Amino acid sequence: MTAKVADPKTVLLRADHLRRQIGDDFRDRIVSSLYADARRIADRSVRIGADQKWDWDQKVDRIVTSPVLGLPIMLGILSLVFWITIVGANYPSQMLAEFFFVVESTAVDLFTDWGVPDWITGFIWNGVFRGLSWVVSVMLPPMAIFFPMFTILEDLGYLPRVAFNLDWLFRKSGAHGKQALTMAMGFGCNAAGVTATRVIDSPRERLIAILTNNFVPCNGRFPTLIMLATIFVAAAFPPAFASFAAAGAVVGVVLIGVGFTLLASWLLARTVLQGEASAFTLELPPYRRPSIMRILYTSLIDRTIFVLWRAIMTAAPAGAVIWILANINVAGVSLAQRSADFLDLLGFAIGLDGVILLAYVIAIPANEIVVPTMLMIYMGVGMMSDVTSYDEIRALLVEQQGWTMLTAVNLMLFSLLHNPCATTIITIWKETRSTKWTTIGALMPLFFAFAVTFAVATLWRIIA
Amino acid sequence: MTPTAAAHSNCETCPAHAQLAQMGVSLGKFDYLVALAGNPNTGKSSVFNALTGLRQHVGNWTGKTVMRAEGGYAFQTLRYKLVDLPGTYSLLSASEDEEISRNFLLFGRPDCTVVVVDATALERNLNLVLQVMEITDRVVVCVNLMDEAQRKGIEVDVRSLSRDLGVPAVPTVARTKEGLHELVQTIADLISGAVISKPVHPSHPPELESAVDELVPLIEQSAPGLPNARWVALRLLDGDHKVRQALLSGELADLESQQSAPIEEISSVVALQGRQ
Repeated sequence: MTAKVADPKTVLLRADHLRRQIGDDFRDRIVSSLYADARRIADRSVRIGADQKWDWDQKVDRIVTSPVLGLPIMLGILSLVFWITIVGANYPSQMLAEFFFVVESTAVDLFTDWGVPDWITGFIWNGVFRGLSWVVSVMLPPMAIFFPMFTILEDLGYLPRVAFNLDWLFRKSGAHGKQALTMAMGFGCNAAGVTATRVIDSPRERLIAILTNNFVPCNGRFPTLIMLATIFVAAAFPPAFASFAAAGAVVGVVLIGVGFTLLASWLLARTVLQGEASAFTLELPPYRRPSIMRILYTSLIDRTIFVLWRAIMTAAPAGAVIWILANINVAGVSLAQRSADFLDLLGFAIGLDGVILLAYVIAIPANEIVVPTMLMIYMGVGMMSDVTSYDEIRALLVEQQGWTMLTAVNLMLFSLLHNPCATTIITIWKETRSTKWTTIGALMPLFFAFAVTFAVATLWRIIA
Repeated sequence: MTPTAAAHSNCETCPAHAQLAQMGVSLGKFDYLVALAGNPNTGKSSVFNALTGLRQHVGNWTGKTVMRAEGGYAFQTLRYKLVDLPGTYSLLSASEDEEISRNFLLFGRPDCTVVVVDATALERNLNLVLQVMEITDRVVVCVNLMDEAQRKGIEVDVRSLSRDLGVPAVPTVARTKEGLHELVQTIADLISGAVISKPVHPSHPPELESAVDELVPLIEQSAPGLPNARWVALRLLDGDHKVRQALLSGELADLESQQSAPIEEISSVVALQGRQ
């Protein structure tokens, strides 16, 4: 080591002192002077001829990332995407459901003709197959419409702009600005969002991003939200406005999710994960013309088939479990009924019921199958209820099971806030390698879900 | 990049061929160390491949999962070792890639750093050039993708660019090896001192500059001979943990003593990097 005149520690003390004087926008100011210089030098040496693409990009960016118009434009695009999904998914869903029902009843008839024992027929067709057909008909159409549109936005380069628009909110709540980006990924899949937090270098801010990623609805939960919005929220409005109201409700739920992401980040940053927010540079990539083939491939193969396959893989065993629960009787009452009764009081307290909670417990492996699970428990296997359309689902839930608007609203909230699916929990563990943080990551959302739905139910009952 | 027959014949007929020889991994000892920096998608790898040939040493940066490629070339009897740094947009936010690039510029002490920039997006690329120039004076800007720029109707006045930056700039089309002879010549000239660089430094707001001015002498006392005290000052004002640690552990001060002894083996320098 060379001889030193000034001790490094004194240098650091001095630096820290100066740093506090300058304030925390230091990085922003350095970056802006750097960019100003780069622009000045580039302007002097670059002459742009016919091609004005860059100019175009900048003009568009000035609008879509403007402090005033940025957020409204974002909400507008989001609403439009949900509206198209809701309007477009209705008919195909109905047709698929009808098709599967025909297959199911034909198969049951055949099995009966062949003399196959009732319990096998029931297990295979009314259990496993019904679970599968529910998942496919309820989820496939919205996914096949929603994912391509989502992929177009992604391909265009709009998602980084979303992150740019939201970045300040995250910094205000003491988290990393890049969390806006990982949150956007979470809309696709929370497990992917959790993995994406690797872009955040500070361990503290990364943990915040991991623990709060679950508060935005993933692709698995969107179909549930869209269905509930279509069946219940839309039904409360005149038909002309129904689809808009449904789209509005989904956007509302998304915004509530973003709100809870920020709130939870803020709480974490103030309590267990205190520290300084670190700065970062977010580059907005040039807008690209989306390539049709790539969009079709990504949205249909990577996303739709992937999510659907996962749902099918979990729905089949879930269907089997439900059938067993519904058909094994202890003292004249089925296990499903007993479990649901057991959970009923808790369910009532949060504006739901025991069956819904039971469905959530069964659906822990994958959020996608909550609604089908719930419907199957409601219907039981003995009843060959011919549920082929959204209207009939509503009739079943409202008339037979006593659902109200409160149930629908709270179910949407619960679905938004409750614990992450098994895949996400495993991913959190892989990323943090900590039992403690994994537990917090799983239980904190559950706590929020119970607290919020309880509060809403209580208020609702007082007012109504 | 796969070399085509055309590329080979180009190589043999180009004027550089007489003097430039791709050395790949067979370099052994080398005379000078050259770092290759640049944004992603600037054709940095094309430049690297064109200079070193296809036999490169590919491994990981010590303790990291980021790929590290190095190769060599000989020019006018001198041997140059070329290290390909990860493609980054900046050196500020200290992601793993940026940290590796920054550490190599700081602790690896390259004799020359070539920053490959995209002629079609010069403004964005200059941000990195300006940041590299704060760490080291010995910078050559390689303005690549000149053909694409031309196709898009973008004209880059490389002379004016060079004058404004205060470092040499060379226009290239790495894919067809156009301008690479000038590039290696410029690298050689910069190292030998035939060309002298005086990089401009970004002008920060006055209150920041005064804070920097106050810190620079202190840092220079603490780590005498450090050529980039100004950059270190800026990093300390930004609360950069890595730089704080380097200062506390004496690594920054040690750099000065390394400078006097020419680096023969890169591995020792990289080991130094892995220690922190």
